[in-house]
Amino acid sequence: MFKRIAQTAGFTGLLAALLLTLLQSFWVAPLILEGEAYEEAPAAELHEHAEGAMAGHVHDEAAWEPENGWQRVLSTAGGNLVVAVGFALMLAALYTLRTPSRAREGVLWGLAGYAVFVLAPTLGLPPELPGTVAADLTQRQIWWVGTAASTAVGLALMVFAKHWLLKAVGAVILVVPHIVGAPQPAVHSALAPEALEAQFKIASLLTNAVFWIALGWISAWLFRRSDAPGTQTGLNHAL
Amino acid sequence: MSISTPRQTSGTTTTTTSVVTAAQSQRLVAAVSAMFLGAFLVYFAGFSHIDAVHNAAHDTRHSSAFPCH
Repeated sequence: MFKRIAQTAGFTGLLAALLLTLLQSFWVAPLILEGEAYEEAPAAELHEHAEGAMAGHVHDEAAWEPENGWQRVLSTAGGNLVVAVGFALMLAALYTLRTPSRAREGVLWGLAGYAVFVLAPTLGLPPELPGTVAADLTQRQIWWVGTAASTAVGLALMVFAKHWLLKAVGAVILVVPHIVGAPQPAVHSALAPEALEAQFKIASLLTNAVFWIALGWISAWLFRRSDAPGTQTGLNHAL
Repeated sequence: MSISTPRQTSGTTTTTTSVVTAAQSQRLVAAVSAMFLGAFLVYFAGFSHIDAVHNAAHDTRHSSAFPCH
């Protein structure tokens, strides 16, 4: 059973991560690099002035950082792979409980994943270029995880619950994080020009949409393919 | 997914039910563990505060709209 999930997730993650890396390299990464150019200029200045006050402060320089170019692309591809396999594991886990009747049904699961992990969180915390002022990182991460979880539960209730009352409860759960509101900085400001930020938001939302649709479709296709009755030896194995 | 038929000749509805329940609980355990493993992978690459992991997956985080910096 677990072998089927792992196989589906492994191959799906690999293919979807390749697609995502390709789209990112041509569209998203150049925007990030452009954003960093704005970030690095004032940061260097600030560093000079603050040197005296920051004496003894250990900088991030100690931590490894990929060099721009192939190293950075490969490193991002690695990050994409881990994230893609992670999301594919979640999808394959859901398929063991509710097997898609056809591969195309996976697209719907992919769109649900897009709503849970991209659309809902970005309503409060839009995609940001480096150099954008934001609220405390941990606070934002907590809101992000909470929003994803409540969107998942809310959507599941709205789609699968039989009773209208449960569907209504699902809608409420879905909306709650947005009523609470995402943590915001005291003052909004960004180093990159607004047009670049806007372009980055569109690039990020569209590449993620393609990634999730591919992830859903490929995972459902592979999951169903491995379910050939009688020929699958690993199927009846325990964990 | 096919449910294996009980081998005992004395196989009754009770045996079949227990086999079905066992298969279902096995499926649930596999699904829940895969879900946790998946969430851990996403957390590690997307949310971990370890500097080297942040730097390596930096562009992944920005592009996926995970909170970063």
